[in-house]
Amino acid sequence: MGTVEPLEYYRRFLKENCRPDGRELGEFRTTTVNIGSITTADGSALVKLGNTTVICGVKAELAAPAVDSANKGYIVPNVELPSLCAERFRSGPPGEEAQAASQFIADVIENSQMIVKEDLCIANGKLAWVLYCDIICLDYDGNLLDASVFALLAALKNVHLPLVTINEETGLSEVNLKQKNPLIIRKHPVATSFAIFDDTLLIVDPTAEEEDLATGTVTIVTDEEGRLCSVHKPGGSPLTGAKLQDCITRAITRHKEVKKLIDKVIKSITPK
Amino acid sequence: MLQGYLGEYTAPLIHGLIHVAVRLCRDAWLQRRAQAAPEERGERGDTSVLAGLYGPAEAKVSKELPDRAALEVLLRPKVGLPGVLERSREQLLRQTCEAVVLGVLHPRTAISLVLQVLSDAGSLLSCCLNAACMALLDAGLPLAALFCGVTCALQPDGTILLDPTARQEQEARAILTFAIASSDRKVLMATTKGSCSVEEMQQCLAAAQRAADTIFQFYRDSVRRRYSKC
Repeated sequence: MGTVEPLEYYRRFLKENCRPDGRELGEFRTTTVNIGSITTADGSALVKLGNTTVICGVKAELAAPAVDSANKGYIVPNVELPSLCAERFRSGPPGEEAQAASQFIADVIENSQMIVKEDLCIANGKLAWVLYCDIICLDYDGNLLDASVFALLAALKNVHLPLVTINEETGLSEVNLKQKNPLIIRKHPVATSFAIFDDTLLIVDPTAEEEDLATGTVTIVTDEEGRLCSVHKPGGSPLTGAKLQDCITRAITRHKEVKKLIDKVIKSITPK
Repeated sequence: MLQGYLGEYTAPLIHGLIHVAVRLCRDAWLQRRAQAAPEERGERGDTSVLAGLYGPAEAKVSKELPDRAALEVLLRPKVGLPGVLERSREQLLRQTCEAVVLGVLHPRTAISLVLQVLSDAGSLLSCCLNAACMALLDAGLPLAALFCGVTCALQPDGTILLDPTARQEQEARAILTFAIASSDRKVLMATTKGSCSVEEMQQCLAAAQRAADTIFQFYRDSVRRRYSKC
């Protein structure tokens, strides 16, 4: 089925403005999100974008803040592409794609200011929270970045941090597990990825097959105010400013869809 | 003069042509609507990157591609071991180069581009992009187009600053780096740091496309100077 001449097979569908799986060029795959599935983590979320499955677990630990930024905590994202998610990933040290994805997530957190590091500080210069965000891909079928950003956002919304006080006399920290406060999320960034075909056509939410046939990719991250948190176009076919503008418009629409989904899921979790 | 490089196809193996691309933060040269104080204009920071291109050479069986050349980019920071940031930049540079290099003319070969950061005084990524393109030019590889890197900094008051220094980058609200292709000034690569509105991004892009002309002129002058000596 299209394995002899995959590109030609694909072009026949694109001419009719659709794709082999029946989607339109601007249509996303079914997105599902499951929050709080990992009970041992402080926050977790499982996101499925069609077949692409990504799980994010957030663990909070205490640490001393850095000397030059005594009032800031840390957020450490890490994206893993284990060999179980796709044949192309071998076990061993993280490959380029995993490292580039980790850097992208770190940039999205920084650019969108979704969590202000000052909010993670408990005592200036002495104690701060470190949030280790582990994003693991369980099934790779294209569009890793969108699923990862979504999983991260959903997991962070699910995080509840216990109240920590510093005992004045002993100088030790006391963690009150009974009293938990939700993490303050200031912005909600959502990523939308496009694949470029034959230098002209833009298709949204590519599958792994489409990514292999594509001549380039673009990922746009927007927040709820319509501001651009990131425009990530790592090489590939050149685009005009107008085509980039089309991508941004589609990304802004996608943001509204995703925000609605997240709000629905958060509301459905019974408050403890 | 450049037409000869763009149209020609040099077949034999070309080893190790080193080309130095020195990017001077010349505020007066590339600045647009900037409000630099006289003290800043006196600051002469040099961002320099050394680029070495090796290839097309024989590739390892595990790395070779049956229909095109396998391009590899290694970015070495000035201090320390390459980390996640370098890997992410290597991916940006590699895919930008892959878009312009006519790899199908050299199947089952490997092209290695090694970039060493000598000093960083701001606009490092665009300096790497320029060094990469000049190394490709110098090596005589068949290219579909040239590209250049331009960094724009959006200052807190909304003005656009091209080719910012390290201090200007720190104070900026957002930093956008674009790789502009020479054929039709289209965007080959885009990466942003910080957030900005859609209009601001389009304005930065327009400014970068205009600045690209100056950089391509610099390429022409450099190549002319190099080949007029011999």
